[in-house]
Amino acid sequence: MSLCIDEVRLSLGGHPVLRGASLEVEPGEIVGLLGPNGAGKTSLLRVASGIRPPDAGRVAWSGRSLGDWPLRERARQLAVVPQECHVPFPFRAGELVLMGRAPYQGWYSLESPGDVRRARAALERMGIAHLANRSIADLSGGERQLVWIARALVQEPLCLLLDEPTAFLDLAHRIEVLKVVRELADQGCAVLLVSHDLSLAARSCDRLALLSEGRVAAEGSPGEVLDPVHLRRVFGFEAQVVEGPDGFPLVLPEILRR
Amino acid sequence: MKRLTASQLIVVLVMALGLLAVCLGIGLAVGPSGASFGSVLDVLAHPREPGPLADIVWRVRVPRLALAMGVGASLSLAGVIFQALLRNPLADPFVLGVSGGAALGGIAVLALGAAWGMGPEAAPFAGFAGALLATLLLYSKSAVGGRVSATPLLLTGVVFNAFASAAIIFVASLAGLVDGARIFLWLIGNLSLASLDVSIAVAVFLGLGLAVALGLARSLNLLALGDEAAEHLGVAVEWHKRILLLATSLMVGAAVSVSGLIGFVGLIIPHFLRLLLGPDHRLLVPASAIVGAAFLVLCDTAARSVLGGRELPVGAITALVGGPLFLVLLRRSQTRAWGSP
Repeated sequence: MSLCIDEVRLSLGGHPVLRGASLEVEPGEIVGLLGPNGAGKTSLLRVASGIRPPDAGRVAWSGRSLGDWPLRERARQLAVVPQECHVPFPFRAGELVLMGRAPYQGWYSLESPGDVRRARAALERMGIAHLANRSIADLSGGERQLVWIARALVQEPLCLLLDEPTAFLDLAHRIEVLKVVRELADQGCAVLLVSHDLSLAARSCDRLALLSEGRVAAEGSPGEVLDPVHLRRVFGFEAQVVEGPDGFPLVLPEILRR
Repeated sequence: MKRLTASQLIVVLVMALGLLAVCLGIGLAVGPSGASFGSVLDVLAHPREPGPLADIVWRVRVPRLALAMGVGASLSLAGVIFQALLRNPLADPFVLGVSGGAALGGIAVLALGAAWGMGPEAAPFAGFAGALLATLLLYSKSAVGGRVSATPLLLTGVVFNAFASAAIIFVASLAGLVDGARIFLWLIGNLSLASLDVSIAVAVFLGLGLAVALGLARSLNLLALGDEAAEHLGVAVEWHKRILLLATSLMVGAAVSVSGLIGFVGLIIPHFLRLLLGPDHRLLVPASAIVGAAFLVLCDTAARSVLGGRELPVGAITALVGGPLFLVLLRRSQTRAWGSP
């Protein structure tokens, strides 16, 4: 039951964005996907979620190519948390979370009490139960992100892909989201998480993968990947990496001072 | 946590049907003949008894009400579907130019079909072809990057409508239908072609469209969040979109090919119902069909009676209501995030 991304290639508008990227995510682990803007992180996530079939290479979940999964069955195992989602109509936060149960429901059926119980639990878990009856249009960017995570939770996934789930969140909420993700992993979920926050990723992920120009340039434990040489080569900045008091690496970029 | 429940669904649909019944009652009772409601009821209760009022009721009012229901429900439902698929609350078969395409197809058959051995019964299919063509044009022009932005959408619709109107006038002139008043009636939309046959044709396509939209109502909810989000939640996006667009084109084609360009019904009713009931398509789809039917019955009754003996085209009434509403919605969509163009 692992997510296998194997030598994946993808071109967008004639421009290659993925050039043979390979990555594996095992059940129970959180893999952080890092890389500079334009490295192909979001494209890799789209390929890994089955939205875009790769031009070459293969993505398989549980040994079966993503394209071979019936869509509804795939949606019961693999959930995606987008960075943002434009909602053109004033759906309530609770309704949107309930939509996460769609892969389990018939064509025209109302939500069962079990669906409602799960949605309520997910809203409470994300600390947004009080927003259930508010229109999504009236929520802040951070609150909306918590709604998308809650929606992914009610899908009860075995594999969770998150695209910068904490981009709009304050530090307290980032930590809370990462705790939820860790709980899921402890229950056996395979998690792939795109992040820009290197130090936070180092503390929350089991493994990190550094994406550079469409390829995985470095992969391994946070200590191995967050190395000044890698950071200079991939991101193009100078940094010291020190070991924090709790043993996790801390990235200290050199910033010009007056 | 608020959500759609079976009791809410039943209450809303019963109320909508009640509203439709009231509007039908008004439509039956009101007319230039000045017959009382009681005497009309009397005729309805004894369908086999002939008489002058029976002629009016059975040959004029009932077919006309039936057509108004079918056309109103079709246009309103088409508005709901387009709004979800294009992810834009401003979408409407008229505003998008889909009605223009259908009207062009319809008039081409009515005006020129006889030369090719086609009778008026071919009009709904020609209307379907025109509607489908306009829908495809719309999709190819405006779907950029998976998200449909309002500006190219509305521009395409406006330009296509102008083109279709010109082509309608051209085709009608070609066929010797130089009667300006008739072309005018067609361009603004009216129900004077009503007969039971026409109403049945419209009802068949409406039934098909309604069945598809009800079956895919949950998909409409998810498709409104975008193609990617819908696919992540297990929707076969391309298939569902194709089926919905095909059914909608059929429905609009049939309705418009017999009534012309009745505008804004698909904008007014879904918007009003979304304010009242929320955006869940499992409720919005059936409610829009019923309330759309009631709305056009009421508008047509007004069209038949406000000027005494003379009749207004019903499209003039819907445009008088819908035009200003469209401008209000457009303005709001530019200030509110969820409708941003």
